[in-house]
Amino acid sequence: MTDLGNVALWIAFLIGLWGSVVGFVAGRTKRQDLARSAEHAMFALWALLVVAAAGLMHALLTHDFNVEFVAAYTSRNLPVFYTWSAFYGGQKGSLLFWALVTSTFGSAALLVNRGRYKELTPYVASTVAIVVTFFIGTMVFAANPFERLGYTPVDGRGLNPQLQNPGMVFHPPMLYLGYTSIVVPFAFAVAALISGKLDTGWLHAIRKWTLLSWLFLSCGIILGMWWAYVELGWGGYWAWDPVENASFLPWLTMSAFLHSVMIQEKRGMLKRWNFGLVIGSFLLSIFGTFLTRSGVISSVHAFSQSNVGWFFLVFLGLAAVAGFGLLAYRWPALEAEAKLESMVSREAAFLFNNLILIVIAFAIFWLTLFPVISEAVRGTKVTVGPPAFNLVNVPLGLLLLLLTGIGPLIAWRRASVGNLKRQFLWPTAAMLVVAAALLAVRMSYGYSIVAYALAAFVVGTVLQEFWRGTGARHRLHAEPYPLAFVRLVGRNRRRYGGYVVHLGIVMLFCAFAGLAFKKDTEVTLKPGQSVDVRSPYGEDFRITHQGVSQYQILNRYVTAATVDVSKDGKYIGTMRSEKRQYLDSMGRPTFEPATAVAIRSNMMEDLYVVFAGSVQGTEEAVYKIVINPLVWWVWYGGMVLAFGGLITLWPGAQGPTPASRRRAEPAGYVARVDG
Amino acid sequence: MRARTKFIIGGLLILGSVGYLMASGIKDTGEYYLTPTELAAKIQADHSFYDVGVKMGARVVKGSITRDVASQTITFRATDGVHTYPIVYHGLAPDTFTDDVDVVVEGRLEPDGVFHATTLLAKCASRYEAVPPPTAAQAAKMGAAGRSAS
Repeated sequence: MTDLGNVALWIAFLIGLWGSVVGFVAGRTKRQDLARSAEHAMFALWALLVVAAAGLMHALLTHDFNVEFVAAYTSRNLPVFYTWSAFYGGQKGSLLFWALVTSTFGSAALLVNRGRYKELTPYVASTVAIVVTFFIGTMVFAANPFERLGYTPVDGRGLNPQLQNPGMVFHPPMLYLGYTSIVVPFAFAVAALISGKLDTGWLHAIRKWTLLSWLFLSCGIILGMWWAYVELGWGGYWAWDPVENASFLPWLTMSAFLHSVMIQEKRGMLKRWNFGLVIGSFLLSIFGTFLTRSGVISSVHAFSQSNVGWFFLVFLGLAAVAGFGLLAYRWPALEAEAKLESMVSREAAFLFNNLILIVIAFAIFWLTLFPVISEAVRGTKVTVGPPAFNLVNVPLGLLLLLLTGIGPLIAWRRASVGNLKRQFLWPTAAMLVVAAALLAVRMSYGYSIVAYALAAFVVGTVLQEFWRGTGARHRLHAEPYPLAFVRLVGRNRRRYGGYVVHLGIVMLFCAFAGLAFKKDTEVTLKPGQSVDVRSPYGEDFRITHQGVSQYQILNRYVTAATVDVSKDGKYIGTMRSEKRQYLDSMGRPTFEPATAVAIRSNMMEDLYVVFAGSVQGTEEAVYKIVINPLVWWVWYGGMVLAFGGLITLWPGAQGPTPASRRRAEPAGYVARVDG
Repeated sequence: MRARTKFIIGGLLILGSVGYLMASGIKDTGEYYLTPTELAAKIQADHSFYDVGVKMGARVVKGSITRDVASQTITFRATDGVHTYPIVYHGLAPDTFTDDVDVVVEGRLEPDGVFHATTLLAKCASRYEAVPPPTAAQAAKMGAAGRSAS
């Protein structure tokens, strides 16, 4: 089974080469038989990669330690659940996973669009085949997961304990799904550019795909934050680490695209920009892999570094030249159909939204690469800390939040004074009330006050939209309010799903703004001793050290420290934080000890207790105690955001609106009813 | 003025202020990231370099770690094979901080030759990347050990 996987990989490489070439030729010659062959090559690629993945899974599950990858990442006592994480926990397996998922998306895109976009699909097949073949080539020539050792070890090395966490089972695949699914929009963009079919056809074909990859990326990033928060034990969830930034960059460019595409659909503007964003997002997703794999930038969670990085760098260069080269070639044909008419218009709001998202991406890119750039230019490596990232991104983020409120309310083309008054009165009132309230309670941090006031503004705009839309349906169709509400959302999924996403974003911003009030203490306690910590809300927590216990469970030796927690003099519970020394199947320690954090979470704040170690084997314990306000809102904001994305994605009758009707459509549903 | 011109002016304003913020961010938080040898060379060339906070990446010398838990002080030596510096750090060390790991310390080299670190990051080279599995001979020995243990 394992060797079958290896053979499948080699055959897939050859088929991938065939598909790459034949798709291109089919597109040029418009020969149907060749186009079909390219399509079949993609399906065959997928099937072969499934066989290869099954082969590797088989080797992992049967503990075939003769296979180097299996010996390196699993052991006999690894819980079966985590065998799945081992699949992509190592680089070679992750390449296979990547290729498999990419070919799955490629096949799905060809299936869904069968009989449509005939000029485009052969090139799409070819482009996806090239990307998949690159990954397979990297495997068979540099990092083959089926490589065998000259002997069979008795047991494997085991999986890194930090990867033995439920968050790690879902976070990497989610992120990979996000990265890889960008290949479909990229392939359609390339196809449109090569074929010269530059109308909005390619945009319609990829509308759902871009949303899908955006959704995967969002979920992947938030799951990664959750993993870092509960597993790494430093008390935060985002540290502007290069690997984190790498996943954030394509998210930013995709978010920009999801907005700018609306301008192209409505007004025929930003055509070049949209091509650029799709090409750029794809390049950034490859760049993310390169950054993670190459070790160019030292990251605390550099998962694995190897020469495979250079494969990626070369591929990245070629893809950039090809993508932007094609765009330059078609540049004159991509003239905008309309001009920006007024700064007080939805177009302008969206333009600024795009500008800011891209500037944020650029700033993060630059600061992340600064060590490399400074070394190249000045000969010394200079690193930049998180404060620099915050300095730039906090004001930009707040500006973006403001635009999140303005964008949906302002009219297309040119907003009238009446439009502004009608749309902005209540949201602005909400904003002012919140700002006044926060000033009244003397909130100390200016940026946070601005953030919460703007959050109120955006929530105000979203609620107003739902309220007016539902009311209009109620009056017009005589539907009861609940039905009117459901139909409103159901018939305009993209719009109202988008609003729900905005609510999720607001929740995230509220959580980030709470970070300013984080409290951090380090303390050494004997059993019975306690420490008092005051939360930003003025609650008094008393944490009393109970003692340290040691025992063995499953594949680890645990040292656990227990504290009793009381709030304002009232006992509220016990918390236990652990140091875990993982053991191999012969009972010897493997890897460095890992920390299990104790977290008590509610909507207001998290109490986050880390047992940092005991003093010379006694029961005297060192603790790190963090009060983290509003962390709850990150996870639930993430869920709301994902829910909004799902509403928008949900398949339904919402076909592409004919261009003629779209042009005539006024600003919004409400305007239509009122008029 | 046309809307397009206004947009471009607005955009340039944003770009300009972001550029300024980035420059000041880099100026305020930018730190030299040096190996012990590079640090020694810098100090040699310019003694005022003692006042500059730097990041240093090096490997912990085996057996050099001493911990005083009461005062939460850790002292150890770190080297790049050529130069070795003693390092003092107050605070909690990460789980991965043990003998022979790569560390990144942030702080200042004092004129007495001791590096006073304010942050300590440890990165085990073998942490995520597999070490070569044991050789056949070792494997046989491990097998024997396993049997005798069971």
